Amino acid sequence: MSKMNLKVNGKQYEVDVDPSTPVLWVLRDHLNLIGTKFGCGVGSCGACTIHLNGRALKSCQLPVSAVGTQEITTIEGIVTQLEEIHPVQKAWLELDVAQCGYCQTGQIMAAVSLLKTKPIPTDDEIDSAMSGNICRCGTYLRIKAAIHQAAKSSK
Amino acid sequence: MEKSQNNQSRRSFLKVTSLTGGGMMIGFSWLANLVPNEALASAETVKEWIQLNGFIQITPDNKVKIFCPNPEFGTNVMTSLPMMVNEELQADWTKVVVEMGDYDTPRFKTQFTGGSRGMAMAWTPLRTAGATARMMLLQAAANEWNVPVSELTVSNGLVAHNGSNRSLNFGALATAASKLPKPEKVVLKKTTEFTLIGTPQKNKVGKDIVEGHSLFTMDYKHEGMLIAMVIHPPAFGMKLKSFDATEAKKMPGIKDVFDIQVYKDDYVRAGFDTRAFNKLIAVVGNSTWEVMNARKKVIAQWEPIETTKEMVASWGGKKEETTPAGLESTEEHMKQMHAMQQKPAKVLRKDGDPEVAFAKAKKVIERTYSAPFLSHNPMEPISCFAHITDEKAFFVAPIQIPEMMKQNIMANLDIPGDKIEMKLARMGGGFGRRAYGHYIVEAGHISKKAKAPVKLIYTREDDMTNGIYRPTYMVTYKAALDEKNNVTAIHIKGGGIPEGAVHENRFPAGAFDNYLAEGWEIPSNITIGAFRAPGSNFIASAEQTFLDELAEAIGKDPLDYRIELLKKAKANPVGKNNEYDADRYIAVLELVKEKSNWSASNNKNAHRGVAAYFCHSSYAAHVIDVTMKNGQPVVEKVVSAMDCGFVVNPEGAKNMVEGAVVDGIGNALYGGMRIEKGVPIQKNLNQYRIIRHKEAPKKIDVHFVQNTIDPTGLGEPPFPPIFGALANALYKATGKRLYNQPYLNELTKS
Repeated sequence: MSKMNLKVNGKQYEVDVDPSTPVLWVLRDHLNLIGTKFGCGVGSCGACTIHLNGRALKSCQLPVSAVGTQEITTIEGIVTQLEEIHPVQKAWLELDVAQCGYCQTGQIMAAVSLLKTKPIPTDDEIDSAMSGNICRCGTYLRIKAAIHQAAKSSK
Repeated sequence: MEKSQNNQSRRSFLKVTSLTGGGMMIGFSWLANLVPNEALASAETVKEWIQLNGFIQITPDNKVKIFCPNPEFGTNVMTSLPMMVNEELQADWTKVVVEMGDYDTPRFKTQFTGGSRGMAMAWTPLRTAGATARMMLLQAAANEWNVPVSELTVSNGLVAHNGSNRSLNFGALATAASKLPKPEKVVLKKTTEFTLIGTPQKNKVGKDIVEGHSLFTMDYKHEGMLIAMVIHPPAFGMKLKSFDATEAKKMPGIKDVFDIQVYKDDYVRAGFDTRAFNKLIAVVGNSTWEVMNARKKVIAQWEPIETTKEMVASWGGKKEETTPAGLESTEEHMKQMHAMQQKPAKVLRKDGDPEVAFAKAKKVIERTYSAPFLSHNPMEPISCFAHITDEKAFFVAPIQIPEMMKQNIMANLDIPGDKIEMKLARMGGGFGRRAYGHYIVEAGHISKKAKAPVKLIYTREDDMTNGIYRPTYMVTYKAALDEKNNVTAIHIKGGGIPEGAVHENRFPAGAFDNYLAEGWEIPSNITIGAFRAPGSNFIASAEQTFLDELAEAIGKDPLDYRIELLKKAKANPVGKNNEYDADRYIAVLELVKEKSNWSASNNKNAHRGVAAYFCHSSYAAHVIDVTMKNGQPVVEKVVSAMDCGFVVNPEGAKNMVEGAVVDGIGNALYGGMRIEKGVPIQKNLNQYRIIRHKEAPKKIDVHFVQNTIDPTGLGEPPFPPIFGALANALYKATGKRLYNQPYLNELTKS
């Protein structure tokens, strides 16, 4: 066990955990930020997608000891104080994307990150940026449409 | 550990009476915090909910809550079922709060998700619940104002007396209404009078989902909660012999390591009590990562199982089930299934004289199809929270059929039924997997032994290697043709491990004068379970690709040929017990023909395939367009036509069909679990291929047959015909007929 400081969603936390603990489990078990989901544990499904310094990353593959001073953002932290809901989340609701919903926070985190680097992504760019995120219910077309809609709305 | 805000105060049921035809309980109220988790708890403080009936609660300050009785795993019942209630209740839908009901089947009467039956079962009871409550609210207003009910109107949660310009909202009337006797007679609206049902409505839980609130069992927390994981044998055909947990127990955060026996030796299992491995090692500790690490330190010894026979409950009776010893393999399974195709099998249905027709045939077309085991892989891995105390047994359970689990819990955990409480957490997908609740019993045993609240978590590997797969199947379709290319007989013979998929009374039964259907089964120690449209998901693929090949052989358009056969089956149905309605079948084919512009584009250059199927009371037809790019199939477009009766929520319905299309394409192209010497080869999502964004169709157009038939389900029916439509389209694109799933393997084999 070792004590570490983490900056998550703009707040400082001190955790006392095994340094090899993946960020996923630190968030879920220790910080009670359960919007980041466990799906596969091998970085193949994207349910655990977070942002590290603004870039999408699978938190099940990131040991907490590797975080250092880098900033973690989770689904609980993507909304700025000026917004009630993030434009990507809003598009998700308008297009009624979710079925079971379990993967959707990871999908949203991947989409928010994509739109930061590519504000108006093409279909191919969405496919390539999002293909690490599985939706077992098959809501891919709605996810794609919602990303386009969010891109349009923030133009 | 965060303190759970879940207040498990016992609900007090005061007076419970059954309402005739209403499917609900009425006349009780309670003060309770029924919220399932901390996120919802923060939004809802304890307040007085006035109970109008089992489905409806209203507060004096006019909040209206409608309970969803059926477990939710993504089919959007939490929106569509409350819509049924509110159509009659007529509260302001935009302000209605929906909540998943706890396990309380006596209150909800039916509390079941599966078999695509949710909509059909809820249709009358839930509208009746809404109507009853509305009538009581109207009566309360009539009493208050001393006017007849007939002079009142109700809209958006407001009762008005136009003559005197008075109005009151539901909240103001709820207390008085709750004290009134239940109405004797309830008249439900006609479908033409609907204002909510039949209109597209967004998911009522959508915001909680996109904000990542605690909805799932995986997210559940409780004060003092421990994390538990289990270790099961590495191969089917093996069982636990002994284990050494000395090192594991020394690991940080570990509370205990022990073994559990899930079901008692004399327990008579029912249909959904499937369990691959009955003795497990449980590791219990403070946090998930600590338990995962300690688990690796357990040294376990495994030994081969012996062949066992046991009686299992089956559809009101009992049947003997054999679990053979041995380490099975996919390769061996294929040989065994081919061998069974050569042996005599059980005749399931026979019309006319197929033997003579085949003997006289000028030409016989015979094709054999196969499909592998499939793993459900719901996104949320298997999990269950259990807290067993002397007082009660409390579970947070992602389970499709809670009532059946209750029997299992009572028998195997020795807990009286009245002490069992279950919260039905939102399920992160199911596809059939969560009908099998062995993990609930496991969590119960672990909580009992650890004397603590525990959350049992399966890793993806635990779930994927735990069985309950879609069976592996084989079937041969044979057609006899005379000299004029008329099809004179059809013979279907097939089976599976450990069960088959031949549905002898489904189309094309009824369309051919001479027809024979035969089936067989091979026992296995690999456990299987219902997988989205059980049986249908395979047999539809074989049937619909065979019909395509048959149509080609006799020079007919494949879509028109299906319609021709259905018209024949309608005009002169052969045999008895034909399960389908030929008119509704034809209607989805006609609709997909029109919407896909089939006639105009059906030339040599269009790589499109069609398929249709009927199962679970609904009809589905798809036309799929594909192209090949760098040797890989690209699904350009899918046009779907559905008949599921009256469409309750067109938004959710469309989403369901789109999802089934994507899921079907994924399983058809990539799905398959290989077994070698009892060991499941693919163990995680980096090995077991699931369809991803870039492989999804570029476009899906969904159309519904417009009718006012009572609604039926959509979870399963659109799924089975996708496989055949895709294989038929791929044939057009590549010239290669596909017989063995996953199709991508066969397609890319040189």
